[in-house]
Amino acid sequence: MEYKVVDGVKYTQQHEWARPEGNIAVVGLSDYAQNKLGEIVFVELPDIGAAVEAGKSAAVIESVKAVADLYAPVDGTVTEVNETLLDQPELINQDPYGEGWVFKVEIKDESQLASLMDKPAYEEFIIKEEKEE
Amino acid sequence: MSEPKKTPFYEKHAALGGKIVDYSGWFLPVQFPQGLVEEVHDTRKRATIFDVSHMGEVAVEGKDAEAYLQKILVNDISRLKDNAIMYSPVCYPDGGVVDDILIYRLSSENFFLVVNAANTDKDFDWFQENSFGDVRLQNLSSEYAQIALQGPNSEAILQDLTEIKLADMKFYHFLSDVSVAGINSIVSRTGYTGEDGFEVYCKNDGASALWEAVWEAGQKMNLRPAGLGARDVLRLEASLPLYGHELSKELTPLQAGLNRFVALDKAVAFNGQEALKKQKQEGFSRKLFGLEMLERGVPRENYPVKVDEQEIGWISSGTYSPTLDKFIAMAFLDPETVKQTQEVSVLIRKRSYRARIIKLPFYRREQ
Repeated sequence: MEYKVVDGVKYTQQHEWARPEGNIAVVGLSDYAQNKLGEIVFVELPDIGAAVEAGKSAAVIESVKAVADLYAPVDGTVTEVNETLLDQPELINQDPYGEGWVFKVEIKDESQLASLMDKPAYEEFIIKEEKEE
Repeated sequence: MSEPKKTPFYEKHAALGGKIVDYSGWFLPVQFPQGLVEEVHDTRKRATIFDVSHMGEVAVEGKDAEAYLQKILVNDISRLKDNAIMYSPVCYPDGGVVDDILIYRLSSENFFLVVNAANTDKDFDWFQENSFGDVRLQNLSSEYAQIALQGPNSEAILQDLTEIKLADMKFYHFLSDVSVAGINSIVSRTGYTGEDGFEVYCKNDGASALWEAVWEAGQKMNLRPAGLGARDVLRLEASLPLYGHELSKELTPLQAGLNRFVALDKAVAFNGQEALKKQKQEGFSRKLFGLEMLERGVPRENYPVKVDEQEIGWISSGTYSPTLDKFIAMAFLDPETVKQTQEVSVLIRKRSYRARIIKLPFYRREQ
Protein backbone atom coordinates (compact mmCIF):
# COMPACT_ATOMS: atom_id res chain seq x y z
CA MET A 1 0.00 0.00 0.00
CA GLU A 2 1.35 3.42 -0.90
CA TYR A 3 0.90 6.41 1.35
CA LYS A 4 2.43 9.79 2.03
CA VAL A 5 3.73 11.00 5.35
CA VAL A 6 4.42 14.73 5.19
CA ASP A 7 6.59 17.10 7.18
CA GLY A 8 5.30 20.06 9.16
CA VAL A 9 2.51 18.18 10.92
CA LYS A 10 2.30 16.05 14.06
CA TYR A 11 0.67 12.64 14.10
CA THR A 12 -1.36 10.70 16.65
CA GLN A 13 -1.46 6.93 17.16
CA GLN A 14 -5.03 6.97 15.80
CA HIS A 15 -3.69 8.44 12.52
CA GLU A 16 -4.84 12.04 12.84
CA TRP A 17 -2.52 14.82 11.86
CA ALA A 18 -2.35 18.32 13.40
CA ARG A 19 -0.67 21.31 11.77
CA PRO A 20 0.10 24.25 14.07
CA GLU A 21 -0.82 27.70 12.71
CA GLY A 22 -0.16 30.13 15.55
CA ASN A 23 -2.32 29.07 18.48
CA ILE A 24 -4.60 27.07 16.16
CA ALA A 25 -4.11 23.47 15.04
CA VAL A 26 -5.57 22.28 11.74
CA VAL A 27 -6.67 18.65 12.08
CA GLY A 28 -7.18 15.90 9.51
CA LEU A 29 -6.80 12.20 8.76
CA SER A 30 -3.45 10.83 7.55
CA ASP A 31 -3.00 9.55 4.02
CA TYR A 32 -2.28 6.09 5.43
CA ALA A 33 -5.58 6.06 7.34
CA GLN A 34 -7.71 7.35 4.46
CA ASN A 35 -6.18 4.68 2.24
CA LYS A 36 -7.08 1.98 4.70
CA LEU A 37 -10.59 3.27 5.16
CA GLY A 38 -11.34 3.34 1.43
CA GLU A 39 -13.78 5.57 -0.42
CA ILE A 40 -15.07 8.13 2.08
CA VAL A 41 -18.76 8.92 1.60
CA PHE A 42 -19.76 10.84 4.70
CA VAL A 43 -18.27 13.15 7.33
CA GLU A 44 -19.89 14.30 10.55
CA LEU A 45 -18.26 17.53 11.73
CA PRO A 46 -18.08 18.95 15.25
CA ASP A 47 -19.95 22.16 16.10
CA ILE A 48 -18.00 25.41 16.04
CA GLY A 49 -17.33 26.36 19.64
CA ALA A 50 -17.44 22.76 20.84
CA ALA A 51 -14.84 21.74 23.40
CA VAL A 52 -12.84 18.75 22.24
CA GLU A 53 -10.58 16.61 24.33
CA ALA A 54 -7.35 14.92 23.23
CA GLY A 55 -7.99 11.25 22.42
CA LYS A 56 -11.79 11.68 22.37
CA SER A 57 -13.93 11.48 19.25
CA ALA A 58 -14.43 14.87 17.63
CA ALA A 59 -15.71 13.92 14.16
CA VAL A 60 -16.90 10.81 12.34
CA ILE A 61 -15.64 9.67 8.96
CA GLU A 62 -17.46 6.93 7.07
CA SER A 63 -16.45 4.88 4.08
CA VAL A 64 -18.85 2.54 2.30
CA LYS A 65 -18.08 -0.27 4.71
CA ALA A 66 -16.77 1.38 7.86
CA VAL A 67 -17.45 4.04 10.47
CA ALA A 68 -14.33 5.66 11.93
CA ASP A 69 -13.96 8.23 14.67
CA LEU A 70 -11.61 11.14 14.19
CA TYR A 71 -10.09 11.81 17.59
CA ALA A 72 -9.00 15.25 18.68
CA PRO A 73 -5.19 15.37 18.84
CA VAL A 74 -5.24 18.07 21.53
CA ASP A 75 -7.63 19.68 24.00
CA GLY A 76 -9.25 22.88 22.81
CA THR A 77 -12.16 24.72 21.25
CA VAL A 78 -13.28 24.16 17.66
CA THR A 79 -12.89 27.42 15.73
CA GLU A 80 -13.65 26.30 12.20
CA VAL A 81 -14.87 23.21 10.33
CA ASN A 82 -14.37 22.21 6.70
CA GLU A 83 -17.95 22.40 5.46
CA THR A 84 -16.89 21.52 1.92
CA LEU A 85 -16.50 17.96 3.18
CA LEU A 86 -20.26 17.69 3.71
CA ASP A 87 -20.75 17.63 -0.04
CA GLN A 88 -17.32 16.37 -1.04
CA PRO A 89 -16.13 13.93 1.62
CA GLU A 90 -13.89 12.35 -1.03
CA LEU A 91 -11.54 15.33 -0.58
CA ILE A 92 -10.13 13.39 2.38
CA ASN A 93 -9.16 10.62 -0.04
CA GLN A 94 -7.86 12.98 -2.69
CA ASP A 95 -5.94 15.50 -0.59
CA PRO A 96 -5.80 14.36 3.05
CA TYR A 97 -3.22 16.97 4.18
CA GLY A 98 -4.71 19.86 2.20
CA GLU A 99 -8.28 20.30 0.95
CA GLY A 100 -9.31 17.34 3.09
CA TRP A 101 -8.64 19.00 6.46
CA VAL A 102 -11.50 18.42 8.91
CA PHE A 103 -11.52 21.07 11.64
CA LYS A 104 -9.44 23.72 13.39
CA VAL A 105 -8.98 23.89 17.11
CA GLU A 106 -7.65 26.57 19.43
CA ILE A 107 -4.79 24.96 21.32
CA LYS A 108 -5.05 25.00 25.09
CA ASP A 109 -1.77 23.37 25.98
CA GLU A 110 1.22 23.57 23.59
CA SER A 111 2.92 20.62 25.24
CA GLN A 112 0.20 18.25 24.00
CA LEU A 113 1.12 19.01 20.41
CA ALA A 114 4.83 18.66 21.13
CA SER A 115 4.27 15.16 22.51
CA LEU A 116 2.79 13.86 19.23
CA MET A 117 4.84 12.02 16.60
CA ASP A 118 6.85 13.74 13.90
CA LYS A 119 7.30 12.31 10.37
CA PRO A 120 10.05 9.73 11.08
CA ALA A 121 8.34 8.55 14.28
CA TYR A 122 4.98 8.15 12.51
CA GLU A 123 6.58 6.28 9.60
CA GLU A 124 8.09 3.87 12.07
CA PHE A 125 4.78 3.58 13.91
CA ILE A 126 2.92 2.58 10.73
CA ILE A 127 5.50 -0.06 9.85
CA LYS A 128 5.18 -1.52 13.33
CA GLU A 129 1.39 -1.49 13.16
CA GLU A 130 1.42 -3.15 9.73
CA LYS A 131 3.57 -5.97 11.08
CA GLU A 132 1.19 -6.61 13.93
CA GLU A 133 -1.74 -7.14 11.56
CA MET B 1 -13.87 -20.84 17.16
CA SER B 2 -11.47 -22.76 14.98
CA GLU B 3 -9.09 -21.11 12.52
CA PRO B 4 -10.91 -19.84 9.39
CA LYS B 5 -10.64 -22.08 6.33
CA LYS B 6 -8.90 -21.16 3.11
CA THR B 7 -10.77 -21.64 -0.16
CA PRO B 8 -8.86 -23.11 -3.14
CA PHE B 9 -8.57 -19.53 -4.46
CA TYR B 10 -6.87 -18.04 -1.43
CA GLU B 11 -3.49 -17.65 -3.15
CA LYS B 12 -5.14 -15.96 -6.15
CA HIS B 13 -6.68 -13.31 -3.90
CA ALA B 14 -3.39 -12.68 -2.17
CA ALA B 15 -1.61 -12.33 -5.52
CA LEU B 16 -4.22 -9.80 -6.69
CA GLY B 17 -3.78 -7.73 -3.53
CA GLY B 18 -7.09 -8.70 -1.96
CA LYS B 19 -7.66 -7.56 1.60
CA ILE B 20 -8.47 -10.79 3.40
CA VAL B 21 -10.97 -11.03 6.26
CA ASP B 22 -12.60 -13.83 8.24
CA TYR B 23 -16.15 -14.22 6.93
CA SER B 24 -18.37 -16.96 8.35
CA GLY B 25 -15.31 -19.06 9.13
CA TRP B 26 -13.60 -18.50 5.77
CA PHE B 27 -10.65 -16.35 4.73
CA LEU B 28 -12.10 -14.29 1.88
CA PRO B 29 -11.20 -11.01 0.17
CA VAL B 30 -13.37 -8.08 1.26
CA GLN B 31 -11.95 -5.86 -1.45
CA PHE B 32 -9.18 -5.49 -4.01
CA PRO B 33 -6.87 -2.51 -4.62
CA GLN B 34 -9.21 -0.79 -7.10
CA GLY B 35 -11.67 -0.38 -4.22
CA LEU B 36 -15.25 -1.36 -3.53
CA VAL B 37 -16.83 1.44 -5.57
CA GLU B 38 -14.87 0.48 -8.70
CA GLU B 39 -15.70 -3.18 -8.13
CA VAL B 40 -19.41 -2.32 -8.10
CA HIS B 41 -19.11 -0.30 -11.33
CA ASP B 42 -17.03 -3.07 -12.95
CA THR B 43 -19.74 -5.60 -12.14
CA ARG B 44 -22.55 -3.45 -13.55
CA LYS B 45 -20.69 -2.38 -16.69
CA ARG B 46 -18.23 -5.16 -17.53
CA ALA B 47 -17.58 -8.29 -15.46
CA THR B 48 -16.11 -9.35 -12.15
CA ILE B 49 -15.09 -12.65 -10.64
CA PHE B 50 -15.99 -13.53 -7.04
CA ASP B 51 -14.87 -16.44 -4.90
CA VAL B 52 -18.05 -17.87 -3.41
CA SER B 53 -16.57 -21.19 -2.32
CA HIS B 54 -17.79 -20.53 1.20
CA MET B 55 -21.35 -21.34 0.11
CA GLY B 56 -22.54 -24.75 1.29
CA GLU B 57 -23.69 -27.55 -1.01
CA VAL B 58 -25.98 -30.40 -0.03
CA ALA B 59 -27.03 -33.33 -2.24
CA VAL B 60 -30.53 -34.73 -1.74
CA GLU B 61 -31.19 -38.06 -3.43
CA GLY B 62 -33.75 -40.84 -3.26
CA LYS B 63 -37.28 -41.81 -4.28
CA ASP B 64 -38.77 -39.48 -1.67
CA ALA B 65 -36.43 -36.56 -2.38
CA GLU B 66 -39.11 -34.41 -4.00
CA ALA B 67 -41.76 -35.14 -1.34
CA TYR B 68 -39.17 -34.41 1.33
CA LEU B 69 -38.22 -31.05 -0.20
CA GLN B 70 -41.91 -30.15 -0.53
CA LYS B 71 -42.12 -30.51 3.24
CA ILE B 72 -39.04 -28.46 4.22
CA LEU B 73 -39.32 -25.72 1.57
CA VAL B 74 -41.93 -22.99 1.54
CA ASN B 75 -41.76 -22.63 -2.24
CA ASP B 76 -43.49 -25.21 -4.46
CA ILE B 77 -40.87 -27.63 -5.75
CA SER B 78 -43.42 -29.52 -7.89
CA ARG B 79 -43.21 -26.65 -10.39
CA LEU B 80 -39.45 -27.14 -10.81
CA LYS B 81 -38.26 -28.90 -13.97
CA ASP B 82 -34.99 -30.73 -14.60
CA ASN B 83 -32.04 -28.36 -15.03
CA ALA B 84 -33.96 -25.51 -13.49
CA ILE B 85 -33.31 -23.71 -10.21
CA MET B 86 -35.68 -22.40 -7.58
CA TYR B 87 -35.13 -20.00 -4.70
CA SER B 88 -36.86 -20.85 -1.45
CA PRO B 89 -36.78 -19.95 2.20
CA VAL B 90 -36.64 -22.86 4.63
CA CYS B 91 -38.83 -22.22 7.67
CA TYR B 92 -39.25 -23.42 11.21
CA PRO B 93 -42.79 -24.42 12.20
CA ASP B 94 -43.29 -20.92 13.68
CA GLY B 95 -42.52 -19.29 10.31
CA GLY B 96 -39.07 -18.02 11.31
CA VAL B 97 -36.36 -18.72 8.75
CA VAL B 98 -33.73 -21.47 8.98
CA ASP B 99 -32.08 -20.27 5.77
CA ASP B 100 -32.81 -19.15 2.23
CA ILE B 101 -31.44 -21.52 -0.38
CA LEU B 102 -31.24 -22.46 -4.06
CA ILE B 103 -32.56 -25.82 -5.24
CA TYR B 104 -31.06 -27.31 -8.42
CA ARG B 105 -33.14 -30.15 -9.87
CA LEU B 106 -31.07 -32.80 -11.67
CA SER B 107 -34.03 -35.20 -11.67
CA SER B 108 -37.07 -35.93 -9.49
CA GLU B 109 -34.79 -38.06 -7.33
CA ASN B 110 -31.69 -35.92 -7.37
CA PHE B 111 -31.38 -32.34 -6.13
CA PHE B 112 -28.44 -30.08 -5.31
CA LEU B 113 -29.00 -27.43 -2.65
CA VAL B 114 -26.89 -24.32 -2.20
CA VAL B 115 -27.02 -22.82 1.28
CA ASN B 116 -25.48 -19.88 3.13
CA ALA B 117 -21.98 -20.46 4.48
CA ALA B 118 -22.76 -19.40 8.04
CA ASN B 119 -25.81 -21.70 8.09
CA THR B 120 -24.36 -24.81 6.46
CA ASP B 121 -23.99 -26.94 9.60
CA LYS B 122 -27.25 -25.73 11.14
CA ASP B 123 -29.08 -26.40 7.85
CA PHE B 124 -27.64 -29.86 7.46
CA ASP B 125 -28.74 -30.77 10.99
CA TRP B 126 -32.20 -29.41 10.21
CA PHE B 127 -32.39 -31.31 6.91
CA GLN B 128 -31.45 -34.53 8.69
CA GLU B 129 -33.90 -34.03 11.56
CA ASN B 130 -36.74 -33.57 9.09
CA SER B 131 -35.78 -36.40 6.78
CA PHE B 132 -38.14 -39.30 6.08
CA GLY B 133 -38.53 -42.27 3.71
CA ASP B 134 -36.00 -42.89 0.98
CA VAL B 135 -33.89 -39.73 1.24
CA ARG B 136 -30.11 -39.60 1.29
CA LEU B 137 -28.46 -36.36 2.37
CA GLN B 138 -24.84 -35.51 1.82
CA ASN B 139 -23.05 -32.37 2.94
CA LEU B 140 -20.67 -31.73 0.03
CA SER B 141 -19.65 -28.23 1.14
CA SER B 142 -16.01 -29.06 1.78
CA GLU B 143 -15.66 -30.72 -1.65
CA TYR B 144 -16.88 -27.89 -3.85
CA ALA B 145 -15.32 -24.64 -4.94
CA GLN B 146 -17.47 -21.98 -6.57
CA ILE B 147 -16.80 -18.96 -8.77
CA ALA B 148 -19.37 -16.27 -9.49
CA LEU B 149 -18.79 -14.51 -12.80
CA GLN B 150 -21.06 -11.49 -12.83
CA GLY B 151 -21.79 -8.64 -15.20
CA PRO B 152 -22.77 -8.09 -18.84
CA ASN B 153 -19.50 -9.53 -20.22
CA SER B 154 -19.89 -12.80 -18.31
CA GLU B 155 -21.44 -14.80 -21.10
CA ALA B 156 -18.76 -13.88 -23.63
CA ILE B 157 -15.98 -14.71 -21.18
CA LEU B 158 -17.36 -18.07 -20.16
CA GLN B 159 -18.34 -19.01 -23.72
CA ASP B 160 -14.64 -19.03 -24.59
CA LEU B 161 -14.17 -21.98 -22.26
CA THR B 162 -17.07 -24.30 -22.95
CA GLU B 163 -18.84 -26.10 -25.78
CA ILE B 164 -22.34 -25.64 -24.37
CA LYS B 165 -24.25 -22.74 -25.88
CA LEU B 166 -24.61 -20.29 -23.03
CA ALA B 167 -26.98 -18.02 -24.96
CA ASP B 168 -29.53 -20.84 -24.71
CA MET B 169 -29.24 -21.04 -20.94
CA LYS B 170 -32.01 -19.05 -19.29
CA PHE B 171 -31.76 -17.25 -15.97
CA TYR B 172 -32.15 -19.71 -13.06
CA HIS B 173 -31.23 -22.69 -15.24
CA PHE B 174 -28.13 -24.88 -15.15
CA LEU B 175 -26.27 -27.76 -16.70
CA SER B 176 -24.18 -30.30 -14.83
CA ASP B 177 -21.22 -32.34 -16.08
CA VAL B 178 -20.18 -29.42 -18.24
CA SER B 179 -16.57 -29.11 -19.30
CA VAL B 180 -15.26 -25.62 -18.55
CA ALA B 181 -11.66 -25.40 -19.72
CA GLY B 182 -11.56 -29.17 -19.36
CA ILE B 183 -12.81 -29.13 -15.77
CA ASN B 184 -16.02 -30.95 -14.91
CA SER B 185 -18.37 -28.26 -13.61
CA ILE B 186 -21.92 -27.28 -12.85
CA VAL B 187 -22.73 -24.06 -14.72
CA SER B 188 -25.74 -22.06 -13.64
CA ARG B 189 -27.10 -18.73 -14.77
CA THR B 190 -27.49 -17.25 -11.32
CA GLY B 191 -25.94 -14.65 -9.07
CA TYR B 192 -26.33 -12.32 -6.16
CA THR B 193 -25.63 -8.99 -7.82
CA GLY B 194 -28.70 -8.11 -9.89
CA GLU B 195 -26.66 -8.53 -13.08
CA ASP B 196 -26.58 -11.26 -15.65
CA GLY B 197 -23.97 -13.82 -14.76
CA PHE B 198 -22.98 -17.36 -14.02
CA GLU B 199 -21.98 -19.43 -11.07
CA VAL B 200 -19.59 -22.27 -11.75
CA TYR B 201 -19.11 -25.12 -9.27
CA CYS B 202 -16.32 -27.65 -9.44
CA LYS B 203 -14.56 -30.05 -7.12
CA ASN B 204 -11.64 -28.55 -5.21
CA ASP B 205 -8.98 -30.33 -7.27
CA GLY B 206 -10.05 -28.52 -10.46
CA ALA B 207 -10.58 -25.16 -8.80
CA SER B 208 -7.21 -23.57 -9.40
CA ALA B 209 -7.21 -24.45 -13.12
CA LEU B 210 -10.80 -23.21 -13.45
CA TRP B 211 -9.93 -19.83 -11.91
CA GLU B 212 -6.88 -19.43 -14.11
CA ALA B 213 -8.83 -20.28 -17.26
CA VAL B 214 -11.65 -17.85 -16.45
CA TRP B 215 -9.19 -15.15 -15.47
CA GLU B 216 -7.20 -15.63 -18.67
CA ALA B 217 -10.32 -15.65 -20.87
CA GLY B 218 -11.54 -12.53 -19.09
CA GLN B 219 -8.50 -10.39 -19.73
CA LYS B 220 -9.63 -9.17 -23.12
CA MET B 221 -13.06 -8.40 -21.65
CA ASN B 222 -11.85 -6.26 -18.73
CA LEU B 223 -12.54 -8.92 -16.12
CA ARG B 224 -11.53 -7.83 -12.61
CA PRO B 225 -11.80 -9.41 -9.19
CA ALA B 226 -14.38 -8.25 -6.67
CA GLY B 227 -14.76 -8.96 -2.98
CA LEU B 228 -17.35 -9.42 -0.28
CA GLY B 229 -17.79 -5.68 0.21
CA ALA B 230 -18.90 -5.15 -3.39
CA ARG B 231 -21.03 -8.30 -3.26
CA ASP B 232 -22.96 -6.92 -0.30
CA VAL B 233 -23.49 -3.53 -1.94
CA LEU B 234 -24.54 -5.13 -5.25
CA ARG B 235 -27.10 -7.42 -3.61
CA LEU B 236 -28.47 -4.52 -1.59
CA GLU B 237 -28.84 -2.33 -4.68
CA ALA B 238 -30.74 -5.23 -6.26
CA SER B 239 -32.70 -5.60 -2.97
CA LEU B 240 -31.82 -9.26 -2.53
CA PRO B 241 -32.23 -10.41 1.08
CA LEU B 242 -29.27 -11.52 3.17
CA TYR B 243 -29.78 -14.04 5.94
CA GLY B 244 -29.11 -12.45 9.32
CA HIS B 245 -30.33 -9.08 8.01
CA GLU B 246 -33.61 -9.42 6.11
CA LEU B 247 -34.29 -13.01 7.16
CA SER B 248 -33.72 -14.70 10.50
CA LYS B 249 -35.21 -17.01 13.10
CA GLU B 250 -37.27 -14.01 14.24
CA LEU B 251 -38.34 -12.75 10.81
CA THR B 252 -40.60 -14.57 8.37
CA PRO B 253 -40.34 -14.55 4.55
CA LEU B 254 -43.68 -12.71 4.41
CA GLN B 255 -42.28 -9.87 6.49
CA ALA B 256 -39.33 -9.73 4.11
CA GLY B 257 -41.74 -9.35 1.20
CA LEU B 258 -40.86 -12.70 -0.34
CA ASN B 259 -44.50 -13.65 -0.92
CA ARG B 260 -43.91 -14.97 -4.42
CA PHE B 261 -41.54 -17.59 -2.98
CA VAL B 262 -44.03 -18.68 -0.32
CA ALA B 263 -46.51 -21.20 -1.71
CA LEU B 264 -49.01 -20.89 1.11
CA ASP B 265 -51.59 -23.02 -0.70
CA LYS B 266 -49.24 -25.82 -1.66
CA ALA B 267 -51.12 -29.16 -1.87
CA VAL B 268 -48.95 -30.76 0.81
CA ALA B 269 -48.25 -29.50 4.30
CA PHE B 270 -44.86 -27.85 4.81
CA ASN B 271 -42.85 -26.54 7.74
CA GLY B 272 -44.18 -23.14 8.71
CA GLN B 273 -47.39 -23.34 6.63
CA GLU B 274 -49.87 -22.83 9.46
CA ALA B 275 -47.89 -20.04 11.08
CA LEU B 276 -47.37 -18.23 7.78
CA LYS B 277 -51.04 -18.53 6.81
CA LYS B 278 -52.00 -17.09 10.16
CA GLN B 279 -49.50 -14.27 9.81
CA LYS B 280 -50.80 -13.44 6.36
CA GLN B 281 -54.33 -13.13 7.74
CA GLU B 282 -53.48 -11.24 10.88
CA GLY B 283 -50.73 -9.04 9.48
CA PHE B 284 -47.54 -8.04 11.24
CA SER B 285 -46.04 -5.05 12.96
CA ARG B 286 -42.84 -4.93 10.91
CA LYS B 287 -42.46 -5.33 7.16
CA LEU B 288 -39.58 -4.71 4.78
CA PHE B 289 -39.47 -1.37 2.92
CA GLY B 290 -36.91 0.50 0.89
CA LEU B 291 -35.51 3.82 2.10
CA GLU B 292 -33.63 6.55 0.33
CA MET B 293 -31.88 9.20 2.38
CA LEU B 294 -32.96 12.78 1.67
CA GLU B 295 -29.98 14.11 3.60
CA ARG B 296 -26.43 12.88 3.32
CA GLY B 297 -25.83 10.16 5.92
CA VAL B 298 -25.04 6.45 5.82
CA PRO B 299 -27.95 4.35 7.08
CA ARG B 300 -26.52 1.24 8.70
CA GLU B 301 -27.82 -1.97 10.21
CA ASN B 302 -29.85 -1.58 13.41
CA TYR B 303 -30.17 2.20 13.26
CA PRO B 304 -33.66 3.14 14.49
CA VAL B 305 -36.23 4.62 12.09
CA LYS B 306 -38.66 7.19 13.44
CA VAL B 307 -41.73 9.22 12.53
CA ASP B 308 -42.44 12.19 14.81
CA GLU B 309 -40.13 10.87 17.54
CA GLN B 310 -42.02 7.56 17.48
CA GLU B 311 -39.79 4.56 16.69
CA ILE B 312 -41.37 2.60 13.84
CA GLY B 313 -38.62 0.08 13.05
CA TRP B 314 -34.99 -0.50 12.19
CA ILE B 315 -32.55 -0.60 9.27
CA SER B 316 -31.70 -4.17 8.28
CA SER B 317 -29.08 -3.27 5.62
CA GLY B 318 -27.88 0.08 4.38
CA THR B 319 -25.12 1.54 2.28
CA TYR B 320 -23.91 4.17 -0.11
CA SER B 321 -24.98 2.99 -3.55
CA PRO B 322 -22.28 3.71 -6.15
CA THR B 323 -24.64 2.79 -9.00
CA LEU B 324 -27.38 5.22 -7.95
CA ASP B 325 -25.10 7.68 -6.13
CA LYS B 326 -27.57 7.66 -3.24
CA PHE B 327 -27.69 6.41 0.31
CA ILE B 328 -30.13 3.51 0.47
CA ALA B 329 -31.40 1.04 3.04
CA MET B 330 -33.80 -1.77 3.57
CA ALA B 331 -35.73 -1.40 6.80
CA PHE B 332 -38.35 -3.27 8.79
CA LEU B 333 -41.06 -0.71 9.51
CA ASP B 334 -44.59 -0.53 10.85
CA PRO B 335 -46.77 -0.94 7.72
CA GLU B 336 -49.63 1.08 9.22
CA THR B 337 -47.42 4.12 9.73
CA VAL B 338 -46.01 3.77 6.22
CA LYS B 339 -49.56 3.93 4.84
CA GLN B 340 -49.90 7.38 6.45
CA THR B 341 -46.53 8.87 5.60
CA GLN B 342 -43.72 8.35 3.14
CA GLU B 343 -41.30 10.53 5.04
CA VAL B 344 -39.36 9.10 7.98
CA SER B 345 -36.13 9.83 9.79
CA VAL B 346 -33.14 7.62 10.50
CA LEU B 347 -31.30 8.08 13.77
CA ILE B 348 -27.58 8.08 12.99
CA ARG B 349 -25.68 8.34 16.27
CA LYS B 350 -27.40 11.28 17.96
CA ARG B 351 -28.92 13.06 14.99
CA SER B 352 -31.98 12.40 12.87
CA TYR B 353 -31.58 12.36 9.09
CA ARG B 354 -34.54 12.63 6.73
CA ALA B 355 -35.38 9.71 4.45
CA ARG B 356 -38.29 8.60 2.32
CA ILE B 357 -39.89 5.26 1.53
CA ILE B 358 -39.19 4.09 -2.01
CA LYS B 359 -40.23 1.04 -3.96
CA LEU B 360 -37.92 -1.98 -4.05
CA PRO B 361 -35.76 -2.95 -5.85
CA PHE B 362 -33.50 0.09 -5.82
CA TYR B 363 -31.79 -1.15 -8.95
CA ARG B 364 -33.04 -3.33 -11.79
CA ARG B 365 -30.88 -4.08 -14.80
CA GLU B 366 -32.15 -3.27 -18.26
CA GLN B 367 -33.17 -6.47 -19.98
